[in-house]
Amino acid sequence: MKNPLETLGGTITAGIVITIVMVWLIGTYWA
Amino acid sequence: MEFDHTYYAFFIRWLHVLNGVMWIGLLWYFNFVQIPNMGKIPDDQKPAIGKVIAPAALFWFRWAALGTVFFGLWLASLNGYVMDALQLGLGSGIAKHAAIGFGMWMGLIMAFNVWFVIWPNQQKALGMVDCEAEEKARAGRTAMLFSRTNTMLSIPMLYAMVSAQNLY
Repeated sequence: MKNPLETLGGTITAGIVITIVMVWLIGTYWA
Repeated sequence: MEFDHTYYAFFIRWLHVLNGVMWIGLLWYFNFVQIPNMGKIPDDQKPAIGKVIAPAALFWFRWAALGTVFFGLWLASLNGYVMDALQLGLGSGIAKHAAIGFGMWMGLIMAFNVWFVIWPNQQKALGMVDCEAEEKARAGRTAMLFSRTNTMLSIPMLYAMVSAQNLY
């Protein structure tokens, strides 16, 4: 699999995925 | 308007955001404008970017990164949550501490990348430090990938920081 950081689109997609996981984590275990 | 704790914390937050805009603005300039367009610039014109624009941008970039961390930690300690946030709210169990904590850790990792990975490698890639051609190419790629890593982290980092202030 290609490193997502090779492209700007992959970089932004990876950033959005991390954001969703983080929001889910906070919403599930803290909020 | 009183110059009380609320104003003091707001004022430090303003300095934090000023530095942050300079830092992330330049990060996005590198990733959204400079890197994708370098290939379109004729070789004889590339030194305008490599020798003039990029070193100037990197100067403001790395000092703004340091300024953002400096005022951010100052603000967090003024607001009394610096330790709870750095522990990701695991001790306090408070969602706001988890949110600002995730943001702080991502910001700290990004600032570390700026000073200890991107900057030393860019110095080689831009010819500010002498090295072999092969090492120069490798340094350029490392700097690019860590710059992309920071761009990726900037998205959840900003969500964490803004949501900590507004949602929790």
